[in-house]
Formats: sequence, C-alpha cells, structure tokens
Amino acid sequence: MTALLEMRGIGKSFPGVRALNRVDLRVEKGEIHAICGENGAGKSTLMKVLSGVYSHGSYEGEIFYDGRPMAFRGIRDSEAEGIIIIHQELALVPLLSIAENIFLGNEVATRGVINWPLAFQRTDALLKKVGLSEAPTTPVEKLGVGKQQLVEIAKALAKDVKLLILDEPTAALQENDSQKLLDLLLELKAHGVTAIIISHKLNEIRRIADRVTVLRDGSTVSTLAREDVSEERIIRDMVGRDMAHRYPERTPQIGKVLMEVKGWNVGHADQPRQMIRDAGFSVRRGEIVGIAGLMGSGRTELAMSLFGRSYGRYLSGEATIDGKPADLSSVSRAIEAGLAYVTEDRKVLGLILDEPITSNISLANLSGVASGWVLGKGRENKVAEEYRRALNIRTPGVHQRVINLSGGNQQKVVLSKWLFTDPQVLILDEPTRGIDVGAKYEIYAIMNDLAAQGRGIVMISSEMPELLGMCDRIYVMNEGRVIGELPKDEASQERIMGLIIRDGNVNREHAA
Amino acid sequence: MTSAINTLRVQLGGNLRENGMMLALLAIVFFFLVVVRAVQDVDFLSAQNITNLFLQNSYVIIMALGMLLVIVAGHIDLSVGSVAAFTGAVAGTLTVYAGWPVYAVIPTVLVVGALIGAAQGYWIAFWRIPSFIVTLAGMLVFRGLTLWLLAGQNIGPFPRAFQSLSTGFIPDIFGVDRPNVTALLIVVLAIAALVWRSLKSRDQDIAFGMEVGSSAMFWLRNCLIAVALLFVGWKLASFRGLPNVLIVMSVLIAAYSFFTNQTTTGRRIYAVGGNEKAARLSGIKTERLVFLTFVNMGVLASLAGMIVTARLNSATPKAGVGFELDVIAAVFIGGASMSGGSGKVVGVVVGALIMGIMNNGMSIMGVGIDYQQVIKGLVLLLAVIFDVYNKNKRG
Repeated sequence: MTALLEMRGIGKSFPGVRALNRVDLRVEKGEIHAICGENGAGKSTLMKVLSGVYSHGSYEGEIFYDGRPMAFRGIRDSEAEGIIIIHQELALVPLLSIAENIFLGNEVATRGVINWPLAFQRTDALLKKVGLSEAPTTPVEKLGVGKQQLVEIAKALAKDVKLLILDEPTAALQENDSQKLLDLLLELKAHGVTAIIISHKLNEIRRIADRVTVLRDGSTVSTLAREDVSEERIIRDMVGRDMAHRYPERTPQIGKVLMEVKGWNVGHADQPRQMIRDAGFSVRRGEIVGIAGLMGSGRTELAMSLFGRSYGRYLSGEATIDGKPADLSSVSRAIEAGLAYVTEDRKVLGLILDEPITSNISLANLSGVASGWVLGKGRENKVAEEYRRALNIRTPGVHQRVINLSGGNQQKVVLSKWLFTDPQVLILDEPTRGIDVGAKYEIYAIMNDLAAQGRGIVMISSEMPELLGMCDRIYVMNEGRVIGELPKDEASQERIMGLIIRDGNVNREHAA
Repeated sequence: MTSAINTLRVQLGGNLRENGMMLALLAIVFFFLVVVRAVQDVDFLSAQNITNLFLQNSYVIIMALGMLLVIVAGHIDLSVGSVAAFTGAVAGTLTVYAGWPVYAVIPTVLVVGALIGAAQGYWIAFWRIPSFIVTLAGMLVFRGLTLWLLAGQNIGPFPRAFQSLSTGFIPDIFGVDRPNVTALLIVVLAIAALVWRSLKSRDQDIAFGMEVGSSAMFWLRNCLIAVALLFVGWKLASFRGLPNVLIVMSVLIAAYSFFTNQTTTGRRIYAVGGNEKAARLSGIKTERLVFLTFVNMGVLASLAGMIVTARLNSATPKAGVGFELDVIAAVFIGGASMSGGSGKVVGVVVGALIMGIMNNGMSIMGVGIDYQQVIKGLVLLLAVIFDVYNKNKRG
C-alpha cells in the first residue's frame, strides 16, 4: 500500500495553549480513515492544518501528499490538490440554489458569464452520484440537514476530490440519513476517493473505517487496524491520561435538596425538532454537580432553557427551588428565584467588553446599587472593589474596561456579576474554558467556597478530569437526554465515555 | 505593567476626545469670528447672532438627545424630520383651524409624538424589523401625511402664546432689562451648578481610585467653560434676554445628562447597545427598552416640530426636510458609536453646536449651499475617522 497522505510530527500552538504536540498521521490511498479523540484532543486543529486554514509556517512538522511535500497557504491551495474538508457547520449559502452552491467560487463560466444550462447539467450528474433527487434550482435552505450534507459532498466531487475530510458528519443527522451517508462514503471509496472521518460513534467507525487513529492531548496515541478496534481499546486510548490537574481540597457538607428539575422538554426555536427530552436533575445545598457529555449533547441548551427560557421553545417540565415551584419563565424571574447562569461564551454572552468592571458586575442587579431609579456610583464602586478583593481579580482598578483583562480575570468578573445577585443555585457552563492553569485553580477554589456557603453548584464541562476532580455527582447527557448519573466514587472517564458510546449504539440498534 | 500603561492611554484617550471636541468648537468659533469680520465686516459673536444661533439650532439639539438614546441602544431613526413636520402640522391644525388654546395643543401634540414613536418602536423592538427600514418607511409615511393634513398649504399665523415657544424671551423680573439681570442671574447660577457638579464628580473619581487628569487641566477646562458661558450670557442679557427655547433646551440637556449617567434605566440602555445578548441574559428587558427609546424619540421630535413651527410662525409641508441628517450627524460627531453602547450627552451637544455654528457662519460668509454641504460632510467624516483612529490606537 502507498500512503496518500503522511503528516509527520505536526505541532501547533496558540497563545497559552499547545493544541497539537506531535501528531503523526498516515492515510493510505483508497482507505477510509477514522480519527477519534475527546473534545480538545486536537482533531479539528489537525484538519485545519491539513486543509491550509493554518498556513504553512504557522505549525511545525511536515505534510507529504502523494509523495510530495506540501506547503499550503490557504484552503485554495489544498483544494487545488483535491483535499476537501466538510465542516460540522456546513458552509452552504442557504438562500442560493443547489447548483449555485455547488459551483460557488468555481462557477461554470466563460469570462464571468455563467453557463446555466451546463451548470444545471453537471449539477444533475453530481446529484445522481450522491443519490439526491432534487432539482438543481432548489434553494439549499429548503433541504434538511442530511440532504445539505449530500450537497456538500457533491460540491466536493465537483472540485475533483481525492481526499475527502468529514468532521463529525453524522452528529446532526437522523438515523436513516446517517446510514445513507455512510453508504455513500463506501461507494465513493469504491471509486477511489480516500476519506478521513472524524467521529465519536464506534459502530460507525466499525462499519466503514479501515483504520482508526486516536488522538489525545494533541498527540497521536495509536493507529489501529479495523480488526483491532474494540470499544475498550478506543476508550482507553482516548482518555488514558493520568489526572495531572490538581484540585483544591474540599470536605463536602451536603444538605437537603435545593433545586430539582423534572421532565424538562424543550423544542428547537424554529424547527419542529425536540432538543431536550425528559431531562431531570437535582442539586443539594453544598453540592457540586457535574453535567458531562459531548458537544451538542444538549447541556448548554438545558441550562439556557432553564434560565428564563433563553433557549428554544419550552414544552413541559417543572423546576423547584427549596421545595417550592420556581418561576423561571423570564430571566429576571429566574434571577429572583435564586438561579444564576454563567454562560459558556463569556465574551459574546457574558460581558459588555467596552464597559468597565464596575458596570459589568452591577448589570444583573442594578437595584442593588441604586436608590430607586438613581444609581449610587459610590455603592457600585464599593461592590466592585469587594469582589475584586474576594475573587482576586487582577486589574489596575475596577474602572478598567473588561476587554483589557485576561480570560481568567474576565471569568471572575462574570462570576462576580452573578454572585452579586446572591443566587441559591449557580449553573456554570464551561467555567474554565480558555483559562490558564493558575486561574483555573482559583475558579475551582471559588466554586468550593460557594458550595461551602450552602449554595448549589451545577458545573457543565467538556473536560472530564475537571468534572471528576470537582464534582460530588455527575450526570451524563447525550442527544438531549440525561442518560446516567454517577456518584463521585463510581465515576471515571471510562464509565462516562462508555455510557455515551453505548447510548449511541443502543439508539442506532433500535432504529436499525 | 502593560495594563497600567493601557489604563493611562484609555484615560488620556477619553479626555482627549472630549477636550478635543471642545477645542474644535472653540477653534471653529474663533475662525468664524476672524473670517466673518474680515470678509463681511460683521461681528460673528454679536448678541443678535448668538441669539439666532440658539433659535436656529435648539431643535437639532433637542432631537439629538433622543437620537443619542436610539443610537446608544444600537438603532437609528430616519423619520425624525418627517415626524417633526407632521406634528408641527397637527399643532397648526389644532391651533389655527380648531382654535385650541396653547396649553391644550402642546400636551396633545407631545402625545401624538409618543404614539408615532410607539408605532415605529413596536415593529423594531418586538418584531425585530431593522430600525433603518421601519424609520425609512416612517420618513415617507409622515412626510406624506404632513402634505395630506396641510393639503399642500402653509397654516398660520399662530397666536402669540404659541409663537413664544420659540421666539419668546424670559422677561427681567428685576425690571432693569438692559442688561437683563434675571438672565445674568440664571447664567451665573448655571455656571456655579456646573462647576460644583464637575468638582463633585472629580472628587468621586479620585475617591474611587480612577485616574483623573491634572488639577491644572481640570481648572483650565472649567474656567474656559465658565468664561464662555458668561460671555454668551452677557451677550444674551444685553440683547433680549434668555430665549424660552434656550431654557427648555438646557433643562432637557441637564435631564438627559442625569438620565444617561445616573439612572438604572439609562445604564440599561447602554448595556443593550453594548451587548444585547449579555444584557438579556442579565435579566434586562431589552425589547421594552428599545421600544421606549423610540417613544422618547417621538416625543422629542414632536417638541422640535412645535418649536420649528412656532419659529416660522407657520406649519409648512416642507418643514424638517433633512433634519434627520443634521441630528444623526450631530450624534456621531459627538462621539457615539454606530454599533451602539457608547455616546455622551455632552458630546452630542457639542456636536450639534459644531454643525449649527458652521451652518450659521458659512451662511453669513455667503458660502454657497453647495460648498456648505461638502464641508459639513467632510467634518462628519473627519470626526468619525478621528474616533476610529483613536480607538484602534488604544487597542
């Protein structure tokens, strides 16, 4: 066998983060090669290096393609070699037709004038290849996600694809659409197209992949042939790191149930899909509860739908705080009921970046610094100073605009904002994402303090070691449902991953 | 360390902006003072011309206060000129045809303005239809309704009571009249209040550990402002006294300054413009606030409409054409950001004065309307380039 692609010793750093350390990847001509790894293992970064999104020179290591060294300066370079990547978020223009999308940037044209009859004719042929029976003039927004995925593949074929890369292609698909897509990949393989597929779904990998490479913490752990692939082996390779992080000491003092959610159902905001199904959880006073799950498992959606119905359409479900039904129907009511939600994306959803620390901290509780309608700037200042000291926000002064703070200090400002509303229950969504190790430790210590004060903490995180290190109990979510609950002493990365992967299998086998 | 340097730069940048604006205003006044005398042998700062300046520009400043809130909230209102014309026409119809007394007409027209603002704000806030579109439609609709209501005619004249809204002056209660002692007293009190307030806020800033400029700079600035106001006050007092409309305008400036700086609602409007999603997730009712800024804009536009009508002593179909552009330009020259979330009342007032003084000065000089527009356009562009340049520099 000859290698179509060989990536040797690939390394890539971002400010403060080493995303890829030493990745080796060898893809044979004509095979389907799967890449597995946890969130943040470096899969997407690796594919961006390969496709030229990160241009040559911004990473270490070498790429050989068809035996020649490659130095891509952008996506156009890699596409010229027949390397096409299909991202998880599809890159189609919803209002344009299928034909227009397929030939976007690559129009069937002579001197700028599009030859529509020829474009339609070619589109028809491509659509036949991918097994899609739609008119080339249909706007893409009229198609479901599965069919849009097929249009993406047709678009790749139009560019004469030799190496097709799919980033979690079935994550958003229904069962039969997934099957169709996998069949199509096998068919393309028979026609000589090599494919790399990033996937978490073991049954999928077993069905179509010839070999699997497992990444962990930015390094290649193993490359397995299909015969050697087993659930245990892949999980072990995916999560096998030792618990290098350290967590502050804590003796939990857990009281009675503080917040309880039952039968929570939420629909997509403008599609008939249901995003959260019959979800339920509880948190006790003084307890830190974790919610684990892969990206897209509905953790953030659950939290936001609870917090003033800020996500989707509320269908049904009830929540109690301190045994009494809690009115969470608007954000201000949820705050009043004693709930606080620290958002995942602090820059987009949490902070007003151009404003100073003072007004960011007072934002959710302005009446706390005002007499009636009139703001007390003195009080606002005092409050900010108090939180600056308590949470150790490192800044020259509380009038500093938050855009000038580091990620960790910004996160402390967001936390201060919510602490100033004096919540009973705090939901923290990825509280340590993008924060350096030292600041992480501080955030953990703050969480422990809050729990010790008798508040309930719900922590959503994609970093499993963090959940295992911090939480008294961990819920596991998958595809919008809570699929398991593990007490601290029974929880392990293997068990959590196992629950998720088996849940995927069960669903699939049900449907099949 | 680097962040300390940053703070310094931010502080200087902030002061630079405001002080720079005032200096620009001063420079423009000085320029016209010299050039107008040389070219036309006219005193640009004569009592009559200063009075005229306020009479001509009061409505722009009044509407700019409302526009500031709209722009801070992240929106725009293109309809204010047409709304001012329409409400002026309503005032004319009620006063001249229906014979309503002034004290009934004014509140009624303000309510009409509020309703117009509500009608537009409803679609913008609750239906999320872009404000540009809704108010562009409003601009056409209310211009059309003005023509319809006036049947293409001018309505007038108005009774004295209504005219005094714009052309009236505060009488001298001490009976001296030249100079008008009441006017002088009011101006002196206003200066005292201004200096006291800025002293207080400086003390507060120092108490909060904010970096403030040197005290020499502070006093220089305050003295300059005091001298300028005293000069203007003296000139007005030695002519006909303080125009009513100047009082209305000053009270509104003070009120909106207080509202934007010191109230919870004001703060929330800035939050909505600064980051709507974060504001909503902090429990702020963003839709309602956006709605209210448009209601407020409607009220101020109707007030401006009545002032213009009173000044012209007739409601005319052509009133208020192009006002929206002057008003929006004033807000942006004043340092508001197109993306919302920032902008100050002081800046807007200075911005409006810059525009107004340029209009007035160039007209006296006999500069053609063609050049006037070119120059005003360039000033707007320059002011915004200056802002963007500053912002990029401080990173």
